[in-house]
Amino acid sequence: MFRGITFVPPDTKIDFVSQRAISWFVSAFLTVVPLVLVATVGLNMGIDFQGGTLIEVQTKENPAKLADIRGKISGLGLGEVQIQEFGAPDEVLIRIASQPTEEEQQASIAKVKEALGDSVTYRRTEIVGPTISSELIAGGTLAVVVAMIGILIYVWFRFEWQFAVAAIASLVHDVTATIGLYALLQLEFNVSSIAAILTIIGYSLNDKVVIFDRIRENLRKYKRMPLVELLDRSINEMLSRAILTHVTTLLAMLPFLFFGGEAIYGFAVAMCFGIVVGAYSSIFVASPMQLILGVQREAFSGSTSSAKGKTEKGDAEAAAGA
Amino acid sequence: MLHFQKWKVILVGAIVLAGFIFAAPNLFPSSALQGLPSWVPHKQVNLGLDLQGGAHLLYRIDETELVDDWLDTIRGDVRETLRSNRIGYIDLEMNSADRSVSVRIRKPEDVDKAYSELRKLVAPVGNDVFGGFSGNDMDIAKSGDQITLTATEVGLNERISSAIQASIETIRRRVDAFGTTEPSIQREGRDRILVQVPGVSDVQRLKGLIGETGKLEFKLVDPSVNAAEIAMTKKVPPGDELLYSEDEPPIPYVLKDRVLVSGENLVDSQPGFDARNGEPVVNFRFDAAGAKRFGRATQDNVGLPFAIILDNKVISAPVIREPILGGSGQISGNFTVQEANDLSVLLRSGALPAKLSVIEERTVGASLGADSIDSGQKAAIAGMVLVVLFMFAAYGLFGAFANIALLVNVALIFAVLSLMGATLTLPGIAGIVLVIGIAVDANVLINERIREEIRAGKSPIAAVDSGYSRALIAIIDSNVTTLIAVLVLFWLGSGPVRGFAVTLTIGILASMFTAVTVTRMLVAAWLRWKRPKELPL
Repeated sequence: MFRGITFVPPDTKIDFVSQRAISWFVSAFLTVVPLVLVATVGLNMGIDFQGGTLIEVQTKENPAKLADIRGKISGLGLGEVQIQEFGAPDEVLIRIASQPTEEEQQASIAKVKEALGDSVTYRRTEIVGPTISSELIAGGTLAVVVAMIGILIYVWFRFEWQFAVAAIASLVHDVTATIGLYALLQLEFNVSSIAAILTIIGYSLNDKVVIFDRIRENLRKYKRMPLVELLDRSINEMLSRAILTHVTTLLAMLPFLFFGGEAIYGFAVAMCFGIVVGAYSSIFVASPMQLILGVQREAFSGSTSSAKGKTEKGDAEAAAGA
Repeated sequence: MLHFQKWKVILVGAIVLAGFIFAAPNLFPSSALQGLPSWVPHKQVNLGLDLQGGAHLLYRIDETELVDDWLDTIRGDVRETLRSNRIGYIDLEMNSADRSVSVRIRKPEDVDKAYSELRKLVAPVGNDVFGGFSGNDMDIAKSGDQITLTATEVGLNERISSAIQASIETIRRRVDAFGTTEPSIQREGRDRILVQVPGVSDVQRLKGLIGETGKLEFKLVDPSVNAAEIAMTKKVPPGDELLYSEDEPPIPYVLKDRVLVSGENLVDSQPGFDARNGEPVVNFRFDAAGAKRFGRATQDNVGLPFAIILDNKVISAPVIREPILGGSGQISGNFTVQEANDLSVLLRSGALPAKLSVIEERTVGASLGADSIDSGQKAAIAGMVLVVLFMFAAYGLFGAFANIALLVNVALIFAVLSLMGATLTLPGIAGIVLVIGIAVDANVLINERIREEIRAGKSPIAAVDSGYSRALIAIIDSNVTTLIAVLVLFWLGSGPVRGFAVTLTIGILASMFTAVTVTRMLVAAWLRWKRPKELPL
């Protein structure tokens, strides 16, 4: 019977937490650099958050003559206009800055259609008025904050406040790193980006909770083990699971990156990055933070004596087996 | 733990079977489903606008116009009340800025009587959750000889609510006439209406049809003045008004202020053709009151032109050749067939209570939608195949069990989406992929745990047993936290983000069921059948 390939040996003893000086440096880098990038280069804000008009057209000639289209549209007096190739060589994306009022915004699209006439077919048009864009920013920020608070409360109830704080700190780390990626690659930041960030939060947290679960279990099991050793042990025990899970999720997501089409490309990039960065932060941010916050062992000594007996016996068997 | 009660096995089997049955229609093109008998499940997942093309239009109602209309009505009511009670007044004014109407009473001794009579105009508004009293629509105040009626916030909200309701009805009639399948028209927030029309190709025309207020009026043309002259000097005689036609360049008309008949008296309108020259026209019919008023007005003005006005634009100004007594008439104005058709729809559906403006518009062409669904499908299938291969490589037989669970999981998602009538969007497809990741994680947790238990020297059955029960805690904790993030997405998100959240929620719930229950039953059945000395894990 095929029993499967063991991708990760079962008894790894990697010093994740003991070597935390390096990982703190990397984490600090992953938190600070994105902030600097956002402040200097800035995010490529999509029309969702800026207001404006976006028109995706397919030209009849292939490849599209961008200069031609630019010529036709720049004379319309619509303010800042961006024209770029999008996906295939006959597909062009036209972006027009937000107009002062909603009526003018509506008029702008009519002007463009008049200028381009029958030379193109319209694949997609989006007009986001100034009112909506500011609401979308507020709504998006609120969503991320509310999700964080909800998670904080749940983890606090199920574990201890130290775990909740560590979870949130590492989620903030993941979010800033992801936003940094958007700034670095100049991916369009829009409503789907918020969805991607919230999903990354959910996924990454899923991962952290699984490790927390094992830390909690080990705290009950090894009452006198030094905390650093206990954390390293917990992570090593979960290493095989962590790698298998992240690899499968990446395998599921990667095809979207390569042939999911332009519409979902940015989303897929963020998701793939989020999976990797979430895996990193579970091991190198969330767990070492327990040391700083000082997890109270007493909080977890409430297990019944029979359960204790069982686990200790299990240990003995493990020792005998090894 | 590995022995299941019979009813549990049957229940789980039934859920899995139902999942496959209700997901199945999605495998066939909808045309193929038409021919099947009615007892076969037909419901398919609705494709979002991003996948089938269509228009998403978010309208906001013009609050200022609504308030002004309301204040105008209040002013009329005040005038009427005071006149019928023979109370002298001056300075009857409305003030849009603070939403009030004020009046001064001539004689000091009349003030109290006026106040008590005007108080009767104030009406309670009952629009809270329990249907109870939540305030008055207006506040009334008296200072010296002045009485002020101020529209309240509750009153205003009530006005907006009912205007939105009326608008939704009107829009529905207009969009229905457009002949597309399953448009969705719903209220969003306080003062907005979201219109989603799948598969529409001519968005400009749709917007034109929805956005027109559709206020129809018949007025007499003032024959005593020269319209062109007045258009230049802008000196409109009292009792008249200056309006333009939709021609290019616009033709000015000077009209009598008074409305002969308005669209409210219209009972029907249909597109047709002029009997004499075959041009497209719109035929309309008035109700009894309208017919009477129109008859009298045309009788008195034979030989003079009257104007047909739509949303303050003159459509045409025919000369009255003979009294129009039957209550039906014809609007001509160099229409194309489509224009005549749209105009008749506009008149038939009634006017909007206030102007609507588009504040968000997203339209996707059908070809782009088809491309998106094609690439989404490809990516999802490729991802699924990769995951299945990887799981089998990692866990062998137990990976195969996990893969069966995964298949059930995807079937359940499609079944629930189809039954709920939920909408699948491109981000929704990505959500399904993420669910695959999460569902796999549950199985990975279980299998890794079983491996640990085996290494700890447990027997196959004991290892499987405690592997499942111990992994369960981690699975629940991790899935509930993800669920929290997803519910926030649903609660605060809109459009495709919501679709994504819905698929993710269904998927997480389904994965907790399949990963824990379905695989456990499969493993248990296998254990009983083979009674292995060691697990192939």
